[in-house]
Amino acid sequence: MNNHEKMWQDLGLDVSLHNEVLASIDRAFKNTVGAQQKRSEGMGYFDHVLHESHGDRIAELLADKEKGKKIVGTFCIYVPEEIVMAADLIPIALCGGTQFSVPYAEKTFPRAICPLVKSTLGLAFSKTCPYAPIKSLAVGETTCDAKKKTWDILAQRVNFHVMEVPQKKGETDVNLWHFEIREFLKKIEETAGKKVTTEKLLETVRIMNDKRRALQRLNELRKHDPPPISGLDALVVMQAALNDEPVRFTRRLNELNDELESRVKNDFSPFSKSVKRIMISGCPSVMGNWKTHALIENSGAAIVIDETCTGQRYFNNLVEERPNDLVGQLSAIADRYFKINCSCFTPNSDRMDAVVKTAQDYRANGTIQYILQYCHTYNVEAIRIEGALKKANIPSLKVETDYSEEDTGQLRTRIEAFLEKLG
Amino acid sequence: MDIGSRTIKCVLLNGHSMIDYRIADTGTDPIGNARRMMNGLNHDTLFATGYGRHLAREFFNCSILTEIKAFAQGSVFYYPGCQTVIDIGGQDCKVIRIANDRVEDFEMNDRCAAGTGKFLEVMAHTLGYPIDKFGVEALAATDTVTINSMCTVFAESEVISLIARGENPPSIARGLHQSIVNRIMAMLGKTGYGDMIVFAGGAAKNSCLVDMLEKKLSKKLYIPEEPQIIGALGAALSSNNKKEEG
Repeated sequence: MNNHEKMWQDLGLDVSLHNEVLASIDRAFKNTVGAQQKRSEGMGYFDHVLHESHGDRIAELLADKEKGKKIVGTFCIYVPEEIVMAADLIPIALCGGTQFSVPYAEKTFPRAICPLVKSTLGLAFSKTCPYAPIKSLAVGETTCDAKKKTWDILAQRVNFHVMEVPQKKGETDVNLWHFEIREFLKKIEETAGKKVTTEKLLETVRIMNDKRRALQRLNELRKHDPPPISGLDALVVMQAALNDEPVRFTRRLNELNDELESRVKNDFSPFSKSVKRIMISGCPSVMGNWKTHALIENSGAAIVIDETCTGQRYFNNLVEERPNDLVGQLSAIADRYFKINCSCFTPNSDRMDAVVKTAQDYRANGTIQYILQYCHTYNVEAIRIEGALKKANIPSLKVETDYSEEDTGQLRTRIEAFLEKLG
Repeated sequence: MDIGSRTIKCVLLNGHSMIDYRIADTGTDPIGNARRMMNGLNHDTLFATGYGRHLAREFFNCSILTEIKAFAQGSVFYYPGCQTVIDIGGQDCKVIRIANDRVEDFEMNDRCAAGTGKFLEVMAHTLGYPIDKFGVEALAATDTVTINSMCTVFAESEVISLIARGENPPSIARGLHQSIVNRIMAMLGKTGYGDMIVFAGGAAKNSCLVDMLEKKLSKKLYIPEEPQIIGALGAALSSNNKKEEG
């Protein structure tokens, strides 16, 4: 990666610290994703996307910038990528998943706050995030308290737009969300210096729908017993989805899907036939964070589906295509995104049903509720989720953790004991 | 074999009969000490549980199971139909709820040593009591000095301050035991518990803990003769299960 050091230097990064960050993420990758057996050949591409997310991807984006395409940083799957892309801007998710950068955020931020927020901020504050200097706009949202108040701080340093995601899903909330989508379009057009056309928006809706369909296809394949792909690898694909150029990503994913389909035909899987099927539900696991998925699968289970932002909530539901109807298309986009069952909503009852249905569709033997430390909304919602799953005779375990290695021993014992219970 | 952080326990089982058991310090060489312990204990299969079970699997190529399952199996062996197990070990404490002789739910202590044998050890040392007399002294106290810190390190400082202030050491000791009991009660609150509660692990030999817990629960606790070996016994009993863990 030495050939990128000049690029990082020119971007104003702390190059030696950045090298340490990358080395830390590399180590975590090697010990988790890289340590797996019987991986599909097609995974090589997605490993590469993650590996080069600070290197080749940045170089590619700089070249895009030369051609007039600006970069927009996002922190939530509520932000509609199709609108960003329709103005020839490039949306990139900037959520941090590495423990390495957390202490840099803790210099100013409270310790008792979401590790994802701390990791992301730490990368920005320590000058080890190459996306910080190259983006023209950052988009936040009013989902949880931690993120909402973080935008107050970040908006002091960068060009920032906050979308107000409502707290409920009633009539006034739907109207608010549709309004926010229209406001977001204005902000995007202002950033791009051009108007979004009806044709272009339809084109990007189709690109995103194709991407969702490819991800849905991948996840349909995980319904097989045993699944042809590990949960860790499915997560890697999702993490790549949040960073990679969408058309290329979709093409490579469909190649992987073809390979997985032939694995299924040939009865080939990295798992044994009797492997316990586990659903993960709750908080996302972004690039750099493979900890809990690895712990679960190393304990002899297969993660068959993720009901998380780095899972179903990202690719569920397509956007309805509304040709020749810009207003209608925006409305359809708003509708699709509003279906996302984030725990920041109250009472978020749709998620209860979704979690049970998913567990049943995937014939999960058990559910592990993955809660990031200090995440109040998912943590409190976990109580009702456990109740809903219990009613459906699906055992569940709640795991509350951060990015550090501190609690690995404890977690392993809890997870293994849960899996023993399922046996 | 139960390879704990402080002690290794070994049980030799034949069918449903315990032939022999051994307890020794884990020290800094758990595998070496485990090997030495197994000298003369001729066996066909080894099951390992505890903190060091993954290490044991690496070196001895044995099957493993968690302390949760092991303690449940061991407790059910001595007390069929038991509904709850309280285990206070060297560096962990846990509560296991059992239904139909299987693990139903469990709570484990979080990231610190509060409520564990380590807590008792440190405090006994600070107060100048030998660990096997600590419970007796605390039980004999006529009143309790409440300890505010849960953290072992900060509680130690607090105890030193209390001694300096002239507080009665047995009363302080009683307060420290109360801290552990409060922790266990909180965990039992989460899992729920039945009428038949087993108290296992090294700390079950502490008469003050037993007395306080029984009073708090208004129930008699079921305490095996050698409570420390329940995990190792439970691990050995896996040989009688249809499916092997591994």
